[in-house]
Amino acid sequence: MANISATPHGTAHGIDDHEHHHTNNVFGFWVYLMTDCVLFGTLFATFAVLRTQFAGGPTGKELFELNGVGLETALLLLSSITFGFGMLSAYARKQGAMLAWLAVTFLLGLGFLVLEVREFAHLIHEGAGPDRSAFLSAFFTLVATHGLHVTCGLIWIVVLMVQSFSSQAFSTRYMDKLQCLSLFWHFLDIVWICVFTFVYLLSVI
Amino acid sequence: MLGKLTLSAIPLDVPILVGTFTGVVIVALAVLGAITYFGKWGYLWREWLTSVDHKRLGIMYIVLALVMLFRGFADAIMMRSQLALAYAGNPGYLPPHHYDQIFSAHGTIMIFFMAMAFMTGLLNVIVPLQIGARDVAFPFLNSLSFWMTTISAVLINVSLFIGEFAQCGWLVYPPLSEQQFSPGVGVDYYIWAVQLAGVGTLLTGVNFFVTIVKMRAPGMGWMQLPVFTWTAFVTVVLIMAVFPVLTVTLAELALDRYLGMHFFTNYGGGSVQLYLSLIWTWGHPEVYILVLPAFGVFSEITQTFSRKPLFGYRVMVYATLAIGVLSFIVWAHHFFTMGAGPNVNAFFGVATMIIAVPTGVKIFNWLFTMYKGRIQFNGIMYWVIGFMITFSIGGMTGVMMAMPAADFVLHNSLFLIAHFHNVIIGGVYFGYVAGLNFWWPKVLGFKMNESWGKRAFWCWFIGFYLAFVPLYIAGFEGMTRRMNHYDNADWHVQMLIASFGAAVIAVGVVCQLMQIYVSIRDRNLPESRDFTGDPWNARTLEWSISSPPPAYNFAVVPDVHGLDTFHTEKQIGRRSYEGKTLTPIHMPKNTAAGFFVGAFSFVLGFSAIWYIWWLAALALIGIFATVILRSFNNDVDYYVPVSEIERDQAKYVRSLTAQAAE
Repeated sequence: MANISATPHGTAHGIDDHEHHHTNNVFGFWVYLMTDCVLFGTLFATFAVLRTQFAGGPTGKELFELNGVGLETALLLLSSITFGFGMLSAYARKQGAMLAWLAVTFLLGLGFLVLEVREFAHLIHEGAGPDRSAFLSAFFTLVATHGLHVTCGLIWIVVLMVQSFSSQAFSTRYMDKLQCLSLFWHFLDIVWICVFTFVYLLSVI
Repeated sequence: MLGKLTLSAIPLDVPILVGTFTGVVIVALAVLGAITYFGKWGYLWREWLTSVDHKRLGIMYIVLALVMLFRGFADAIMMRSQLALAYAGNPGYLPPHHYDQIFSAHGTIMIFFMAMAFMTGLLNVIVPLQIGARDVAFPFLNSLSFWMTTISAVLINVSLFIGEFAQCGWLVYPPLSEQQFSPGVGVDYYIWAVQLAGVGTLLTGVNFFVTIVKMRAPGMGWMQLPVFTWTAFVTVVLIMAVFPVLTVTLAELALDRYLGMHFFTNYGGGSVQLYLSLIWTWGHPEVYILVLPAFGVFSEITQTFSRKPLFGYRVMVYATLAIGVLSFIVWAHHFFTMGAGPNVNAFFGVATMIIAVPTGVKIFNWLFTMYKGRIQFNGIMYWVIGFMITFSIGGMTGVMMAMPAADFVLHNSLFLIAHFHNVIIGGVYFGYVAGLNFWWPKVLGFKMNESWGKRAFWCWFIGFYLAFVPLYIAGFEGMTRRMNHYDNADWHVQMLIASFGAAVIAVGVVCQLMQIYVSIRDRNLPESRDFTGDPWNARTLEWSISSPPPAYNFAVVPDVHGLDTFHTEKQIGRRSYEGKTLTPIHMPKNTAAGFFVGAFSFVLGFSAIWYIWWLAALALIGIFATVILRSFNNDVDYYVPVSEIERDQAKYVRSLTAQAAE
């Protein structure tokens, strides 16, 4: 009961409150990513149920070319590293270096997407589109959902690159956004590793 | 240019719809005209539509819920009257095509747009106040969530007048909901309305999770959290865990319909059973998402009006958590008859029965809270007692159906319908209405009318039994759900009684509207005004501030030292904020971004339903552009100056002393 009238604590909290406010952004985004994780989990579960439902159509073993997918994987993994360097530059308040690393990340991400779209186009051209069988529906939906996330990530990278020239640059709010994007980007990497393992490798084995 | 949309999509040949449309247009014109006449557009836009204040968003959610209750209830009345008429030679007045849309819309609207909106409204109003916070963690997202819910509600009602609604039940089971069997736009209306509302709900879940984890007043540990906030917390955890599953399920159904995929089709390797598992993985936790906050409401009300601390606070918390966990391992009881085999059915049957244990614990906790309490038996407690009786009966019929052997007889019969209305009306709806009556003075500064409240209760309570006990009986007699015509004389009697019950409930709804009207009319009477901010002599922090609270809620963030700090402080006659220095308060500014994202999402949904792809693309660009522009805006917050806080405080103290002098 002694602290009921403790004025200094009250004042301290006022400042505290402000501090809390910006850490909530990153924590909140992390919590959101966990819901995204459930979303991907559901897509993986669907794929697990439908992965042998070929309906007389081609199987994964016949369709998947690991070389192309391996290259995609390499690009995305590399982009996680370059994003990490970008974050380090941002922490050091080096705008030029940060922009350069983000640009490299963007290009790697774009390369990943181009390869993915090419793979999709190839499959559809061969008559193995998403409407061919339940297996292909599940495959296309899972991989394309990841691809859509990557697309959003690319747009976000551009927005933050532009904002580094605005008055927001390197403010707490800006750094929060950059950290959220960083979480997002690495999260997509982890999801891709699962896609690579459970969708491609397991189908080919 | 306009996709599938043509003039023939407007059902001019259905007199009921034309009449409804005319009515809606007249009411809408009257409301819009009144706003223009009184010059309130600016006020409405600045103070409400663009507001990020959790209390105002909460009020708007509840208004939305009540409007949707009206719509959903109109559907219910139509179904009951159809079934009273459509016996033997009489086909009734609703052809199957129309009747099927009505039962689908009734369920969808009542769950997604009445109950969910009401629940989110209560969470918005109460949770930040109970934990001593000045707003939620992400006020802009909160506004966005509200608009996503609202535009989805509008979208689903547009289906009345442009096109049609789904005809395959409130969970649109495939293969009936696939393009092959439902080629119209009805299922697409369902998918888009529920998906867009789901975005709002998911964001609400994240928002309140962070709010409760991060923004509790100093000293408020987990075991000092008010019970309502605890139930809200478990509810938002469930939302975060299962709404993504709903999103994926409906997205897969949409892909089947739009792109010819084969997730749930009869051919091409699709699996209907997969849909049922996925939809109920969401669907069963969903009923706990709805009912847990109602349990929280009952706990707060019971302890307040029994003048005792809640019996077994910790047990209540653990029971809530147990229900939250168990809700994930019972979903297959929705389809025992599918043939998963005796072992699977036995597991899910036993798991379902186990849920009755923590729920029963709660009922006993409330009873023991009342035991030897000095109970104030007012209109709010009526709803609590009515709930305890009704919900217990509903729970018991649930345990009956948890037995797979019994379920094989009762599956898809009216017994099931009676069961879930028993728990949803008796549990969820009674709880939300009790909460509305209880917290109304906190939010608006005056109490609700007592007499009309009691009249509403008696009509709902008696009407409920008249409307649904006959359905239990008809279910035992073999009557299945979703029929629009029958020729069994035994059923006819039950249907007549049930219709009479629905009419009694309708009187209850009218009494509730009267209660709201009379309460607002008499708001300045001394007996309805709330000068103290604590009209019920309650226990939790929201009652320690003025009614209605200032935008920033707490002039000084309270210090919490134990459960029910506010009650303790009243006992020792001292308030924790006394003697504290006021500092400027950091608050978020209002923003129209949520409104615009909502508006664009509405256009996106509508144009996707009608295959107007250029418009859908524009709407999508609009959504992205709004979010990005918002991200560039630096002018998002402000400080409330100390002088303004002092002015509010002085006003509150004046009304407190004036009250004390009387």
